[in-house]
Amino acid sequence: MWPFSKKKQLEFPDFWWAYEEHFKHPLPELIKDNTFVVLDTETTGFNLARDRMLCIGALKLLDNNIVVKDSFEVYIEQEHYDVGSAEIHGILKKSKRQRTSELEALKQFLVYIENHVLVGHHVLFDVNMINAALKRNGLPKLKNENLDTESLYKRTLLISSVVQKKDRYTLDDLAQKFSISRKDRHTALGDAFITAIAFLRTIEKLKPKKVKDLIRKQGPLRFGL
Amino acid sequence: MKNTISERVADFLKNFPPFNALEAKQLDLLSLQVTIIHKESNSLVFSEKEEPHPYFYVVNKGAIALTKKGSSQILDICDEGDVFGLRPLLAQESYKLEAKAYEETILYAVPIKDFKPLALENKRVGNFLIESFASNTRNPYSIKHRGKLYGITATTETNPSSKILDLQPVRYSTDLVTCTEGTKIKTVANTMAKHNVSSILVMNGDLPLGIITDKDLRQKVATGLFPITGNAKSIMSSPVITYPKELTIAQAQMAMMKSNISHLVLTEDGTTDAKAVGILSKHDVMLALGNNPAVLLRAIKRASDTKRLRSIRHGIMTLLQGYLEQNIPIGLVSKIISELNDASTKRIIEITLEAMETKPPVNFTWLTMGSQGRGEQLLNTDQDNAIIFEDVPEDKLEETRTYFLQLGSRISKELNTVGFEYCPAEMMASNPLWCHSLSEWKDVTSHWINNPGPEEILLSSIFFDYNVTYGSKALADELSHSIFDHAKRYPQFLTHLASGAMQNPSPSGFFRDFLVEQDGEHKDFFDLKLRALMPIIDAARVLILSHSIKSINNTAERYEKLAELEPNNRELFLACSYASKALLKFRTRQGLLHNDSGRFIALDQLNKEEKIKLKRTFKTIKEIQSLIEIRFQVKNLLR
Repeated sequence: MWPFSKKKQLEFPDFWWAYEEHFKHPLPELIKDNTFVVLDTETTGFNLARDRMLCIGALKLLDNNIVVKDSFEVYIEQEHYDVGSAEIHGILKKSKRQRTSELEALKQFLVYIENHVLVGHHVLFDVNMINAALKRNGLPKLKNENLDTESLYKRTLLISSVVQKKDRYTLDDLAQKFSISRKDRHTALGDAFITAIAFLRTIEKLKPKKVKDLIRKQGPLRFGL
Repeated sequence: MKNTISERVADFLKNFPPFNALEAKQLDLLSLQVTIIHKESNSLVFSEKEEPHPYFYVVNKGAIALTKKGSSQILDICDEGDVFGLRPLLAQESYKLEAKAYEETILYAVPIKDFKPLALENKRVGNFLIESFASNTRNPYSIKHRGKLYGITATTETNPSSKILDLQPVRYSTDLVTCTEGTKIKTVANTMAKHNVSSILVMNGDLPLGIITDKDLRQKVATGLFPITGNAKSIMSSPVITYPKELTIAQAQMAMMKSNISHLVLTEDGTTDAKAVGILSKHDVMLALGNNPAVLLRAIKRASDTKRLRSIRHGIMTLLQGYLEQNIPIGLVSKIISELNDASTKRIIEITLEAMETKPPVNFTWLTMGSQGRGEQLLNTDQDNAIIFEDVPEDKLEETRTYFLQLGSRISKELNTVGFEYCPAEMMASNPLWCHSLSEWKDVTSHWINNPGPEEILLSSIFFDYNVTYGSKALADELSHSIFDHAKRYPQFLTHLASGAMQNPSPSGFFRDFLVEQDGEHKDFFDLKLRALMPIIDAARVLILSHSIKSINNTAERYEKLAELEPNNRELFLACSYASKALLKFRTRQGLLHNDSGRFIALDQLNKEEKIKLKRTFKTIKEIQSLIEIRFQVKNLLR
């Protein structure tokens, strides 16, 4: 195919267009006016090509509030299954839990997230996992902004070469630092909740006013004037 | 339809009244309707006279302070599991008190429209609410609470003067230490010693027969009046004086005075023929009456869990506020408060050690560093601590280190629960860098002294203010000797340390105006710690180390000692001592006012007098800085 004429109108289902429609509105400027979607996925493993999502959990955060019933939890029917990872998430291949097809789960998820900023611990993994699923179903990638709680947390630590920071901070590390109970660790929504609390406590430390600043703060500190 | 989060909410709520009375299904449905709210410290939940919210609140984590508008006095603190803001449940009236997050807090907001039907339907829930309205206590089922249900108290509620406090129900110990008539006196004394109590009940089944106190042992046994081989019956005071458990502080005091006794036995109905439910000592009454350092200290020593220590620390804060209001010399105040902080830390270490699966393999020392080490930690600031353990053979080293790291992280977690924030720089005994054997510490410190780069200077300036909080002092002394030996051999180190002390940015500009922060979260605030306190603390440290004195950590005392050692600079040093006290007081005041660490000050909120006072200390700072600059020839140092 001629490489420069890829303006082919692709045929996407209606829910995708509805999702894209949301991005015509800019995000509110201030943090307190923004809804954040905190998410976590449970997968069969870490390989983007081979492994599959088993569950997506997400909740919405608006002005420091989490409305419990407005949370998102969907279990996905998958062919691929990895016995090793089952020890972690405890989702069995033949469990009796009600499950939906991958496409239906993605549809519900897109309806849920709209154009909100996505927050997660190592968020890129979750986003990539979802993007891979979208691709399998013939859909483009997610368009939302992302925030990674690990990068943000690192910024709350003292900026000094004296202190030897760890390279990685797991969700367990954060839960321990902020004394959040780790009861539902390794269920998608439970992890999303822990992430949400860690996110809130991190923002309180960083105190940014605007979403833009928050996104910028993920990167390493820039020295100089 | 429930989800993982609502299960989590339900799992928390089911432990606390009135939710414990709900059926599992009802609770699941209710939990689904809850909104989880995160409150930054000092943010408002609701203010006085505000229209009622469609919710009432349960504290999940953190604490909420209830205050009357206009007074800084906290009427009550709602802790984990406490319910507040129930007023709208009863009537469409506005709130009578202001609720503010005392620290970072997570609340569950329970919608009233979903809760009300349950309260009407479920008799036990309804009873809980009626009883709490009637008895005016926040939680009538828990004898632990002596507060009131402020969300719903009548308008007659005024400032809690001591008068009202007197009429509050007392908090008594329900862990009865008992024996029977036939118990041997020696066993009695052993039991009392084991539980660390001053009295023991002699029981006949559930009924109290008599009581034996310290006084009985002293007057009847130690004097030889009764043989130690006798039994409890021979020395007990009987019959016991009993009171009903719904006793107010004032009643308890009167009862003790009337019968000239120091212990009251509380029974179900107040007669001797009923089940004994608790014992109330004079000490409990004193504690309820409040804030006396000796009483608090004793309470700390007796506390058996961190939750209790946490509430004692609230008491310490109230005490501190009172001291500052009465203008008690800050030197004295900081001594008392540090003593209490130290005792809390010590108690936490003891509690944690008891909970460890095995005993420590070797002796160890728990060091506190930074402000707590200097005895200048008045407010709840960060914990900086370290562990030194005795040298062990090479093959045991890793095993031993693992043990102490685990101990360190458990202790620092408990400290965090009690209110000491984690150190953002991870200078804590849970970090492998701050948990070493004695010879490793000697290596580390000598490395700092021999290679004084900026990092090493920073680390040593934090570390060298260490103070032994728990464990063997000998280990710390040996380390101090090693440090001084090295410092003498490398006098360059002091020059570097002095240069470190000069690095702090200056407090005032050319025209003697305040220099404020240019950007970041504290833009336009004055950084009192960095620009004023640190220079004066750092200067004191380098000067006192140059005299090889380790036993004094407190900055003001260091300057007093220096004034003694160098009579020709006496006046400057005394001025420094005064300035360090004044600045500490300033910081503490500001911290109490804003319920934070007091580090950053909004200049526009200071009055003229305060500004002048502050500026006067800057002059002293400049003078002491030029003194160390000359003395340690900092200028010669290539920076």
